[in-house]
Amino acid sequence: MSEPLTVAMPKGRIFEEAAELLREADFPLPPEFDDSRKLIVDAPEADLRFILAKPMDVPTYVEHGVADLGVAGKDTMIEEERDVYEVLDLNISECYLAVAGLPGYEKTDINPKVASKYPNLATQYFKEQGEQVEIIKLNGSIELAPLVGLADRIVDIVSTGRTLRENGLVELETIVPITSRLIVNPVSYRVKDARIDDLVERLARVVEEDEA
Amino acid sequence: MSKPFMFEKPVGMRDTLPAYYQTKNKVRERMEKEIDCWGYLPIETPALEYYDTVGTASAILDQQLFKLLDQEGNTLVLRPDMTAPIARVAASSLKDQAFPLRLSYHSPLFRAQQREGGRPAEFEQMGVELVGDGTASADGEVIALMAAALKKAGLQDFQIAIGHIGYVNALLLDVVGSEERANTLRRYLYEKNYVGFKQHVKSLPLSSIDEKRLLSLLKLRGGQEKLKDAEELVQNGEAAKALNDLHQLWDVLEGYGVSEHIKLDLNLVMHMSYYTGVVFEGYGSKLGFPLSSGGRYDELLQNFNRPAQATGFGIRLDLLVEALGDTEELPEQTCILFSKERRKEAIEEAGQLRESGKRVVLQDLQGVENVDELSEAFAEVYYFIGKKQGGASNE
Repeated sequence: MSEPLTVAMPKGRIFEEAAELLREADFPLPPEFDDSRKLIVDAPEADLRFILAKPMDVPTYVEHGVADLGVAGKDTMIEEERDVYEVLDLNISECYLAVAGLPGYEKTDINPKVASKYPNLATQYFKEQGEQVEIIKLNGSIELAPLVGLADRIVDIVSTGRTLRENGLVELETIVPITSRLIVNPVSYRVKDARIDDLVERLARVVEEDEA
Repeated sequence: MSKPFMFEKPVGMRDTLPAYYQTKNKVRERMEKEIDCWGYLPIETPALEYYDTVGTASAILDQQLFKLLDQEGNTLVLRPDMTAPIARVAASSLKDQAFPLRLSYHSPLFRAQQREGGRPAEFEQMGVELVGDGTASADGEVIALMAAALKKAGLQDFQIAIGHIGYVNALLLDVVGSEERANTLRRYLYEKNYVGFKQHVKSLPLSSIDEKRLLSLLKLRGGQEKLKDAEELVQNGEAAKALNDLHQLWDVLEGYGVSEHIKLDLNLVMHMSYYTGVVFEGYGSKLGFPLSSGGRYDELLQNFNRPAQATGFGIRLDLLVEALGDTEELPEQTCILFSKERRKEAIEEAGQLRESGKRVVLQDLQGVENVDELSEAFAEVYYFIGKKQGGASNE
């Protein structure tokens, strides 16, 4: 057999869920990956190699071709605009992007500010709404921004809404639903087409069964 | 921005140091020779063109153009591709030459892309344009020549994907009925967003048969047998013409003996909006980015008032060198170290050695700081030092 197919994945829960999908699609992965600090995990039986990366970085690895495939949230895909194929909706780690703020928020004319981990996406969204805002980029704990007055609203992903509630914020607008996607490097998609098509089809069957 | 450090250069600009130059040059020479043997005549066009002519015709996104103003206030662009300038030349300076024209080029192109590394804003491209020939033989010739050039460059395991814009347009239009709705779908394709394409198809009020026809487009990749599947999806005149083109093209490519490198990929849609028919991309297995591309552009030349069918390809030299993966060794050099008393003798010796094909550095001993360090850089060193004549020491 030639080199294994390389798959870039976010560490943690998404990796677990995606690995489970692959097992259901009859890829012989070990029942558990030892929870080490390894960044590269081999699954020789399945002829796969996993690169464990930060979620935001997955499309970068795939675009540059150091990973043939990747699992990335739609939020990252919109934000990063990488030149990769988005071939399959894996329907895992469902959540949505939303605008949130303090209860009773009213639109202000005085230089409205929005904090987000997704500056491109947020800019695009407010442009489409015809609203002029200033975007402030943060790297995490976005909920802090309205509480301390850094911004009056935030754009972030919401899964259960618990973090918002616990910090006394409310959701103001829903932007777009988010799930994890299977992405493919454009060259790998062509040069390793047989193996990639096989993997995509097997995963598609599992995902669609789950849907039905 | 703060003042740059003295060593800095603008984002996306690269220096070519000797070893890399040597490598790139070898690759370029090998390909140039091949292209020359196929009867393509090299031309050069200026780095600056008018925004209103080549700039707008070129189909490179506006924000990727480097723009500047000339003294009269005209907007100029640094050429972002070579196809539009060559179309301009073919329609003006060469307008009295009969078609078909076979022209080739290698030149730096400029595209502003200030995101991060790995994406130079200036890169060298080598390619050909075959202007004024609408046959499948022309499409085949250009693709076969691209394959031959890549092979000559030393790339063994490459692949070329071939699609057809006419087929995609015919299928989309046949199913969804309006140009506007077809555009939305086409956009998902060139954004490579198949999930979005599928979701959008499912959201349209289509019969399940039509829905399936659109979704099947994504599966039209593989060998020649896929043309049959493609035929079943849509039968109107446009589609039939496109598929006929591809059938003929496949025959041509088999004739050239390059079909082992070819895969059909009918959902290949490029953002270059001037393509009208067959399109293709070349890939090396060691590199994540397509290293060459091309296609048929039958409507570009009418922008320059000499309507003509045309096709061509471009190979990115920077990406090709990366895909090849090896660096050429710098060629061996000889050094002649002399002191000024024996300068004349040293010059004569250098002349003879150069005549015999050696690369000879002639160096005055007085101009050297560290003789040992200098000598180490050379394969051989001759000394013409001291007052007495004859007996040049050689090591």
